[in-house]
Amino acid sequence: MTTSTAPPALSVRDLSVVFRTPTRVVHAVDGLSYDIAAGEVLAVVGESGCGKSVTSTAVMGLLPPTASVGGSIRLGGRELVGADERELRDVRGREIAMIFQEPMTSLNPVLTIGRQVGEVLRRHQGIGRREARERAVDLLDLVGIPAPAQRARDYPHQLSGGMRQRVMIAIAIACDPAVLIADEPTTALDVTVQAGILEVLQSLRERLGTAIVLITHDLGVVADIADRVLVMYAGRGVEQAPVGELFDAPRHPYTRGLLGAVPVPGRRRAEDGRGRLQEIPGLVPSLTEQPDRCTFQPRCSYADARCGERRPALRALRERDERNEGYEEGERSGTERHEAACWHPVPVRPVLSEHPEGAERSDDAECSGTERSEGAECSEGAECSAECSGAEPSESAEHPEHPERPGQEAAS
Amino acid sequence: MTAAVAPAQPSRDDAVLDISGLVRHFTGPAGTVRAVDGVSLSIGRGEIVGLVGESGSGKSTVGRCAVRLDRPTAGQVTINGRDVTRLSKRALRPLRKDFHLVFQDPSSSLDPRMTVGAIVGQPLRLHRLASGDALRDRVAALLAQVGLRPELARRRPHELSGGQRQRVSIARALSVDPQLLVADEPTSALDVSVQASVLNLLADLQRERRFGCLFITHDLAAVEYLADRIAVMYLGQLVEQAPAAELFADPKHPYTQALLSAAPVPDPAAQRSRARIVLSGELPSPLDPPSGCRFHTRCPLAVDRCRTEPPALRWLAEGGGRRQVSCHLVADDGTAPDASGRGAAPGAPAPEDASAR
Repeated sequence: MTTSTAPPALSVRDLSVVFRTPTRVVHAVDGLSYDIAAGEVLAVVGESGCGKSVTSTAVMGLLPPTASVGGSIRLGGRELVGADERELRDVRGREIAMIFQEPMTSLNPVLTIGRQVGEVLRRHQGIGRREARERAVDLLDLVGIPAPAQRARDYPHQLSGGMRQRVMIAIAIACDPAVLIADEPTTALDVTVQAGILEVLQSLRERLGTAIVLITHDLGVVADIADRVLVMYAGRGVEQAPVGELFDAPRHPYTRGLLGAVPVPGRRRAEDGRGRLQEIPGLVPSLTEQPDRCTFQPRCSYADARCGERRPALRALRERDERNEGYEEGERSGTERHEAACWHPVPVRPVLSEHPEGAERSDDAECSGTERSEGAECSEGAECSAECSGAEPSESAEHPEHPERPGQEAAS
Repeated sequence: MTAAVAPAQPSRDDAVLDISGLVRHFTGPAGTVRAVDGVSLSIGRGEIVGLVGESGSGKSTVGRCAVRLDRPTAGQVTINGRDVTRLSKRALRPLRKDFHLVFQDPSSSLDPRMTVGAIVGQPLRLHRLASGDALRDRVAALLAQVGLRPELARRRPHELSGGQRQRVSIARALSVDPQLLVADEPTSALDVSVQASVLNLLADLQRERRFGCLFITHDLAAVEYLADRIAVMYLGQLVEQAPAAELFADPKHPYTQALLSAAPVPDPAAQRSRARIVLSGELPSPLDPPSGCRFHTRCPLAVDRCRTEPPALRWLAEGGGRRQVSCHLVADDGTAPDASGRGAAPGAPAPEDASAR
């Protein structure tokens, strides 16, 4: 993990992305901020439509002209929001690079992989064809492709999915970029192949000090490789923390719900042999407005009147927030900080992760009754969440990232 | 086997689904793809069996043959004691109310022009089990059971979210009260929180109705959550079969060990202290599967015998005969080598290129 004194490799401040079409406006990203330092892995997690891919596409300057981007994206001291296309072309591939979920659609099927890796070098470093070819072989070797000299002459269709993703990584790191954005890099791959790709990313961070923004919905991958985690919900950042803390003591109710929803091997089995997974009632809200309230409020069992009236900012929490009173600047700074955008952050319980989910659920009921004065309002909130799940906004219509299908496979 | 021990493999007459020696080859210009090459598997009443494996292992083909969407090249498929392997489409039709399939992608498996009510009621109509008001009532009851509001019956699939669509396909599959449900990656296309609610729903419905279920997935955590028993496939064959908890606690086959070690668990401390077995090489082509044990080309423990002699899937004495494994290196008493290279069993060969990092 890195210290907070070094200037961040990438700094995103109050980023907003709005898509305008003749019929509607979609606020895909709404006031998002994060920093990432060299050699750090920041995982951005959230469900489909939460804006995690749009954020990284914005950082790369690859959004379509229908999108308007606000806020600031600083890459090593250079402002990218509002930069012209020529400037961006110099930055992309050289200082910041991106790998995508589906390597087959990102590679050119009619060029050899050696040529595609070399192309980046020739564009940015102006080296000759022969030297580019040699460097390409070195890069293929670096990402763990066996017999790289022969493989460099292969076309993408001759490679397996895992090997293609390694080629994508080789292209991305060809010019030794300060920041690598990996958008669901292993989602299309089998677990045994995924393991290899995660090791390549891990070694890049260690050997080259690359800052890696890892976008994923797989909490297992996050647990494996991330230093810090940013949780997004409906276009906003809702929680940010060092990885261990996030899993052990999630403070935002959404994060807590997300962690409880994932089956963990060995943690099942309540009384009759099958525990229950935690569910988050209701649906993701439509992104057509920017409400001045907590966007998770309709689905949140902790919500009260304040949550419906004022938007909570993502701010640092005290380390031990026993009275559950909301914000106060923590002692820790920078990357060590635990932040949540919630008026009623979930209190830290020392052995939270040891509880089976069934026990946690009863905990919930207890704590909303005893630890908080607004017990009555809270149960109203619960009712409201049931109602809202009944309201049923058509989810598929609200996804700016992939309007035609609400599944999570798209994003490429 | 005594009555006290839950049977590992239900006896044939008791099984809802019995697959024996299933082979499915696809012949094309490039040769014969041996998608499934001799798989035997039984599912008892009220039992959930998870079938796991990576892409190309043949698990979906097994599922399609099990419900006769595909015709096996050889072998036998018995449902409720009736051999359906060679039945014609017409002969199968009345039997189809006993077994149903839920697909991975609910958007492509629901007719976009039909309303949700018509979709869910269609099996009832086709099997002439209900009509008119009775049909409407049954549909409303089914929607309620899968957690959908009754007014959704008038909607069409595109108006629903992914999770709701998958609930619709589950309601359709269960409308005729089948005794066997084959679910092929039913949650893979869904978001984490939606996936949780669909898994909970399947678990609840299964507990209530006690149908047998073949749950096909690559998601090991989901299968551990849902299944009573798990079968692991590699390149068209079963390599291991065991009760879910035992498989996870103590995988015997080197491939199962590698698979389990590669799946990251959502717990940073635990995940980072695990030894991961990274398999060398790639999945061989099912056009020309390796000789001997099909896993030998990637197995860190392979010895000469593995390269020439295919291991049989045999029962182990350990654990009351509830486990099956096909590996030469696993002893009959269940002693198995450790593919991660840590603390290999005595007498087991030293790992050649186990790259547990």
